[in-house]
Amino acid sequence: MKQGKVLLEVKGLRVAVAGTEILKGVDLTIREGEVHAIMGPNGSGKSTLAQVLAGHPAYTVLAGTATYDGKGLLDMKPEERARAGVFLAFQYPVEIRGITNSYFLRSALNALRRERGEPELDPIDFLQFLEQKLKAIGWDDSMMNRPVNEGFSGGEKKRNEILQLAVLEPRLAILDETDSGLDIDALKTVAETVNKLRGPDRSFLIVTHYQRLLNYITPDVVHVLADGRIVKSGGPELAHELEAKGYDWLRDAAMVS
Amino acid sequence: MAHVEQLVGSYRAWASNGASGAPTWLKDLREGGIARFHDLGFPNMKQEAWRHTSVAPIAEGSFELAKPPARIPQLDDIRPFLLFETGYRLVFVDGFFQPSLSTPFFDDIQSLTHVVTHRQDLVRQHLGKYAATQDRPFSALNTAFVSDGAFVHVPAKATVAEPIQLLFLASGKPVVTHPRNLVVIEREARASIVETYASLSHGPYWTNSVTEVVVGEAGRVDYHRVQRESARAYHVATTQTHQSRDSTVNLHSVAFGAKLARHDIGSVMAGPGGTLILNGLYLLAGEQHADHHTTIDHAADHCASHEYFNGVLDDKSRGVFTGRIIVRPGAQKTDSKQTNNNLLLSADAHADSQPQLEIYADDVKCTHGSTVGPLDPRALFYLRSRGLGEREARRLLTYGFAAEILGRMEVATLRAQLDGIVRGRLAEQ
Repeated sequence: MKQGKVLLEVKGLRVAVAGTEILKGVDLTIREGEVHAIMGPNGSGKSTLAQVLAGHPAYTVLAGTATYDGKGLLDMKPEERARAGVFLAFQYPVEIRGITNSYFLRSALNALRRERGEPELDPIDFLQFLEQKLKAIGWDDSMMNRPVNEGFSGGEKKRNEILQLAVLEPRLAILDETDSGLDIDALKTVAETVNKLRGPDRSFLIVTHYQRLLNYITPDVVHVLADGRIVKSGGPELAHELEAKGYDWLRDAAMVS
Repeated sequence: MAHVEQLVGSYRAWASNGASGAPTWLKDLREGGIARFHDLGFPNMKQEAWRHTSVAPIAEGSFELAKPPARIPQLDDIRPFLLFETGYRLVFVDGFFQPSLSTPFFDDIQSLTHVVTHRQDLVRQHLGKYAATQDRPFSALNTAFVSDGAFVHVPAKATVAEPIQLLFLASGKPVVTHPRNLVVIEREARASIVETYASLSHGPYWTNSVTEVVVGEAGRVDYHRVQRESARAYHVATTQTHQSRDSTVNLHSVAFGAKLARHDIGSVMAGPGGTLILNGLYLLAGEQHADHHTTIDHAADHCASHEYFNGVLDDKSRGVFTGRIIVRPGAQKTDSKQTNNNLLLSADAHADSQPQLEIYADDVKCTHGSTVGPLDPRALFYLRSRGLGEREARRLLTYGFAAEILGRMEVATLRAQLDGIVRGRLAEQ
């Protein structure tokens, strides 16, 4: 495969939350069109990495850099990152009372379109645009008139994240344990949507605790994060190895190194 | 208190002069009202129902009884306050009916003054029968001065297609008005109504209104109330509904005007199978104070009441919500739900929220919940991570608090109008 140009380059990233260091020096390079999976045990810092890249204000960057499309990602506000094409599918999507899904999605899409100098979509144009995206995740528009995530089941919330991903068409999509708590049908739907969105202009960083999702989405690179560091990287076969052997052998390796 | 005596004096002068032509039963009603007010005086903060709200600025203020306006506004003057230009409407200025601005319908959608003589039996049957004066000084005072206001009567099985507008405008003179409204929805009849309080200028004045809404068997009313008084006004109001069996009342309240506002909402579910929605929104800023005191009385079995009040409080404003729910013995299978959520947009804003449940039946479902707090930082990050700027994200979350209430309004044309008004109000902040 022809290598794309580097989209994200993370170097020596150290991050703390509430005074505790979680990431202790992460290096990661993602090229255009690549799908990277980050696996690791609970508490290894997977979600922290995902949230820091999206700009969550609760995290403090102690050291290191993250360069996205040639720009310093860590200096950008969350909304600037989003407008530059970074998208985080939340592990725990938030309920927004009183705002319908369709209004929310249109507001978000128009914020991105403004950034790109494109005209905003009115409600009618937006609904047409939305129709095809909805089909992809197996929804009709009944979910669109409900307040964002309010009263949604766990699976519906995750599908809603993937719908946003499909609508906002980011260049770097970070999926933070999108597979957690999903039944197998929902998992397949999520994977199919992601596979359809794969392309030379879009990269994925898939954070997952389980190998299961990677049965349906074949990553280019698999990383293992343990105790705040990437301790091993490899091809898709690494995921299977982890499934068979667990994480302990790698954690021990991290301690030794 | 001197001011109580002043008000009683002004009543005596009025009753013996301009109001002396009233029928005896009405005179008796007024006399009962002033006697009750004289006994009760103004409420004070030692009283449970008033412990968060001081009415001293009203009690110590100087508000003359309103006189008919010297200059009658033109349609252009009132257009900003009209939600529709079509349909039936009754317009009042300083409490006085304005035929030139109104589109009444015979003796069914009319000024109270007119129907007191023209539909005496019907008015007498209902007026003052629902809004309590026993322990309610302001309601008693309004009853003493009963004169003009809106009268809506929808005969059995009739439906009024378009919303009926009741518009109360203050000229801005430092006066007190006592609008008195009576809405009678007969059995299986249906109507939607919007009652608005607003001001043509910025002066201080005092509105003391009472609205009684009675709904017959299987009748339905969608009642909307918009309080957008001047920022220097005092607004005291009672809305009392009374439902027969299988009837539906959807009562929506949007309040963002007045320096000091107190709204008592009472609902009696007198027959089985009734449905009630109390759905309210208060948007406060500056040093505004708004107190909503609601009482839902489940007097019959198999009734459902769902109450939702949201408050959005900015600057140094203060919101008070009391939700009293009484389930009488025998009111089995009552389904009652109450929520009150308050959004504090400033560290100096304050909200008090208290549920008061009195349940005397055993086979009932009653839930309540309330929240007071700032914008959810997780929600803020969620929106920003989707490309919305911080300011836009805050505005959207704040609007969502209001939209949650507006979304329950089933009359789409009215909902759209009120949505526009609320957006306009939030954009000012």
